[in-house]
Amino acid sequence: MIELKNIHKSYVTGNTELHVLKGIDLEIKSGEFVSIMGSSGSGKSTLLNILGILDNYDHGEYILDGKLMANLNETKAAYYRNQMLGFVFQSFNLISFKNAMENVALPLYYQKVNRKKRNLMAMEYLDKVGLREWAHHLPSEMSGGQKQRVAIARSLITNPKIILADEPTGALDSVTSSEVMTIFEDINRQGMTVIIVTHEHDIAERTKKIVRLHDGNIKEIVSTRQHKLNYV
Amino acid sequence: MFNLDNWQELYSTIKKNKLRTFLTGFSVAWGIFMLIILLGAGQGLENGIRYQFEDDAKNSIWLFPGETSKSFDGMKSGRRIQFTNLDFDRILQSISHVENISGRFFISGAVNIMYGSEYGSFNIRCVHEDYKVIENTKIIEGRYLNGKDLSEYRKVAVIGKLVKKELFKDQNALGKIIKLNGIAFKVVGVFEDSGGDEEMRNIYLPISTAQRVFNGANKINQLMFTTTASVEETKKIETNLKKMFAQNHRFDPEDEKALYIRNMLENFNQVQNLFLGIKVFVWIIGIGTIIAGIVGVSNIMMITVKERTRELGVRKAIGATPFSIIFMILLESIVITTVAGYFGLVSGVGLLEIISMNLEASDFFRNPEVSISVAVSATTLLIIAGSLAGFFPALKAARIRPIEALREE
Repeated sequence: MIELKNIHKSYVTGNTELHVLKGIDLEIKSGEFVSIMGSSGSGKSTLLNILGILDNYDHGEYILDGKLMANLNETKAAYYRNQMLGFVFQSFNLISFKNAMENVALPLYYQKVNRKKRNLMAMEYLDKVGLREWAHHLPSEMSGGQKQRVAIARSLITNPKIILADEPTGALDSVTSSEVMTIFEDINRQGMTVIIVTHEHDIAERTKKIVRLHDGNIKEIVSTRQHKLNYV
Repeated sequence: MFNLDNWQELYSTIKKNKLRTFLTGFSVAWGIFMLIILLGAGQGLENGIRYQFEDDAKNSIWLFPGETSKSFDGMKSGRRIQFTNLDFDRILQSISHVENISGRFFISGAVNIMYGSEYGSFNIRCVHEDYKVIENTKIIEGRYLNGKDLSEYRKVAVIGKLVKKELFKDQNALGKIIKLNGIAFKVVGVFEDSGGDEEMRNIYLPISTAQRVFNGANKINQLMFTTTASVEETKKIETNLKKMFAQNHRFDPEDEKALYIRNMLENFNQVQNLFLGIKVFVWIIGIGTIIAGIVGVSNIMMITVKERTRELGVRKAIGATPFSIIFMILLESIVITTVAGYFGLVSGVGLLEIISMNLEASDFFRNPEVSISVAVSATTLLIIAGSLAGFFPALKAARIRPIEALREE
């Protein structure tokens, strides 16, 4: 599903060049449930941005579902994001003036699905995350956990290949975090590839595989409790 | 791209951002509104002044006799000057650029005017046939006086619309006989005049007939003619007239009170310049107002994009293409400016209508109005400018990189 070969990425600010990713090789297969861990500055967010085609890389190859993601223009990138990826962010990033149903339906708007159909689908996905009754509420009227569940429903509605979550529990208390993780586990059980960036061990423990980053390199890839450890 | 969905998306955005939409729209509507009011007021002023000139031909020169104020050639001051048919002939002979010329003879004493048992009091003007052009008289029935009426001393009359109404009610007046101090005149025409009701209570008689019938000998009380000359040339004509009349009537050429000359062309020319001045003034202010509107719109669109950076980033992350972002911002800006511009246009024109209906037409202001083409082109201009104003912020929005937008708190 995902193949990264020797990915390099640097940021240039003024005269200083910051080498953030120093040759990442990673393969994630369809249906995997992976967390990416690392201290701040280890390059985990940059890696996620590259995986999400939100940012480009300097060297290497990124193959997503058999297609090479290189030199994409904005329109093409937008197309792949829309078709293949679902995003969940730490700060939810719901559109404040749209209600839950409209937020969930928005990716389908960009797929030119008609309003009736996309609202119907949005209700279905809201139901999956247990928020059918909240469909007509604005984000400001919801708790953090509810907002994140709306965001998850939004990421799922296009039936993407991969869900990318950037610190999805970072703004939630532990009980809500656990609920959100339960949803991710359910999604994964149904066959969806899920990648979560986190620095919380108990969150990472609930995924099946942990990729640890350190200083722009992969330090280790470990299977969690349920699986036997295999060090690289 | 123009499917129902885009409009629904636009509607939901506008609905959720009422204040911003209102402010954008207001600056546009206000700009158009002010422009329309200004243009209308300028036109009203022009209409008012122009109306005053409509009564008489704009290129006419009028001569009025006065009293001498200086002793000259052995005669004392205070002598009345009396024009005669000779003066009429002399002007025709010696003054250049004369187009239409007429004299006017005043009947002394009241004239009893009757048709059958109906009678009324009207003004009588005894003139030459060319007076029609000088006074801008419009014949609505029959004909005006002609050369034969004058040369054959015919007893004919041309009457005003109100004269006809009072004497003849709804009957036909042409060919009927009216009696002036008992003398029969045949009605040959009915006229209208833009000089107002008073002008339409006039009766025109051939001056030659009137001089005979009403003991006028060869006396003329006023002389007037239209000219093909330019403003500068009429100045020369004025001097020549003065010299000629001074010689023939034996008064001092320097005497200001013996002869009065009214030069309509010169007056009108001054007023033309005034109109031009008003127009330039109105457009300078109008264009200023429009620029202010455009700046307002682009300012608000800039803020809009800034304010929505995060939202636009989210949209891009979930699959919005740069084109769809540009389209969304642009559509919003065009719709707001169009609707607001239309609103400003309608309320401006509406206010002008109300003013025009309720305001008594005065000498300096009447019928404030805007030509619809000017109004529409101004609105179109503002809409185009509004879209341009939206375009650059939209382009900026399309270039927002999603990660940067999402990072922004």
